[in-house]
Amino acid sequence: MNYIEHIGKYFIMLKQVFKKPQKGRIFYESLLKEIEELGLKSLGIIMFISFFIGGVIALQTALNIDSAFIPKSLIGFATKRSIILEFAPTFCSIILAGKVGSYITSSIGTMRVTEQIDALDVMGINSLNHLVLPKVIATVFFYPFLILLGMMLGLFGGWIAGVLSDLFSGVDYIEGLQTEFKPFLIFYAMLKTLVFAFLIATVPSYHGYYVKGGSIAVGKASTQSVVWTTILIVIANYFLTQMMLT
Amino acid sequence: MIEVKNLHKGFGDVKVLKGITTSFHPGKTSLIIGQSGSGKTVFLKTLIGLHQPEEGTISFDGRVNTEFTIEGKRQWRQEIGMVFQGSALFDSQTVEENVMFPLKMFTKQPLSEMLDRVNFVLQRVNLDNSNKKLPGELSGGMQKRVAIARAIVMNPKYLFCDEPNSGLDPETAIVIDNLIQEITDEYKITTVINTHDMNSVMEIGEKILFLKNGTKAWEGSNKEIFKTDNESVVKFVYSSNLFKKVREAYLNEIN
Repeated sequence: MNYIEHIGKYFIMLKQVFKKPQKGRIFYESLLKEIEELGLKSLGIIMFISFFIGGVIALQTALNIDSAFIPKSLIGFATKRSIILEFAPTFCSIILAGKVGSYITSSIGTMRVTEQIDALDVMGINSLNHLVLPKVIATVFFYPFLILLGMMLGLFGGWIAGVLSDLFSGVDYIEGLQTEFKPFLIFYAMLKTLVFAFLIATVPSYHGYYVKGGSIAVGKASTQSVVWTTILIVIANYFLTQMMLT
Repeated sequence: MIEVKNLHKGFGDVKVLKGITTSFHPGKTSLIIGQSGSGKTVFLKTLIGLHQPEEGTISFDGRVNTEFTIEGKRQWRQEIGMVFQGSALFDSQTVEENVMFPLKMFTKQPLSEMLDRVNFVLQRVNLDNSNKKLPGELSGGMQKRVAIARAIVMNPKYLFCDEPNSGLDPETAIVIDNLIQEITDEYKITTVINTHDMNSVMEIGEKILFLKNGTKAWEGSNKEIFKTDNESVVKFVYSSNLFKKVREAYLNEIN
């Protein structure tokens, strides 16, 4: 199957996904379950990575500033921009594509190869809508909060790194954070997050839903889904940046 | 009654079903047999609407499946129960939740009524005290019984089973066979079973359809299969010495 066919099949899948759920109560139960599986269970890794990457960005910036004419507050400013613009929305989304994407593909793929999806279809249930829509809604609504948390912890990690290493003072760092604060950049980051969250839910679902074969095929599909979700996040990041910041 | 007329189905250049015409009657257990690759699973999946026929019709009590309205199709789906080869139980749901799932999805019954119905069908398949277990905690035979309970919970008019005995020991296989036959008889369901198990053929095959290379090679009952001189059927069914001897004994007895 060539790329054009895959793209067509992906959009046909989306048409089936975005239909009214057959039973509101069951959809609501699935949504809460997906928020827990895809969102709450990702909190730990995002908090951990954000905190340490924030610290590393601040340290790297401090270590690379040689000139005495450059104010120390620039460290906070550069850390803030790096985290808000790229690290939190893009880097965290790529981490989530790996963690959540493989989970989505393997869980839906296993349902496919064990005929659980056929069982839903035989009952007259729109299996795409039943399985994928709660995942899309859960990621699109929950990931902005996750990324905001990642931003805050990243900035906090930078401050802690400065205080512990003595490379810059906490006061300078906070001054840098407050310099030229543009709310639009938060909006830009959140918009990117929404697009990435959509990709993280739908691309792995596509790979899982249409898997053919057995357990090895599910494993291969999981790998493929992570690769393709990452590629699409990077491409979408480029175009969103081009459209919104230039 | 299910009537199949001139059913054709293929995938690309490969023609799997080549003009099958047959019928399945209420209250009777019908078996589809044939070698691997003969088209049994495709035939069953076409009957239940997972594959669309290329040519021919399948009618369910006079309603042709390709002419269903959206509401008609929804109604027809709820009249179908299906037991998959690997049971196809939802891993993350308990036995009770699995069996209750169609009720929650398609009825507006209060929870207490749904629970009563679930307990009733679980008792009917002799599976008490397993309501809160996950499918992974059950044996293969118990999983099959849960699958049967889920298939009959909506009082289906048509029950389809794909290899219900695969992977089961002979004793459990007979229990499952008898259970399906009892349910078929009790609720006057039109039951179609896809099987490789010759014990099932002998025991519960009120109607047997033998497929060969996507065509109907023979049709009859478990009594007639002993007397048939159809070469393909004889070669397939009586491939083991045990069944050859059973056949000889049966023929000697009636002669």
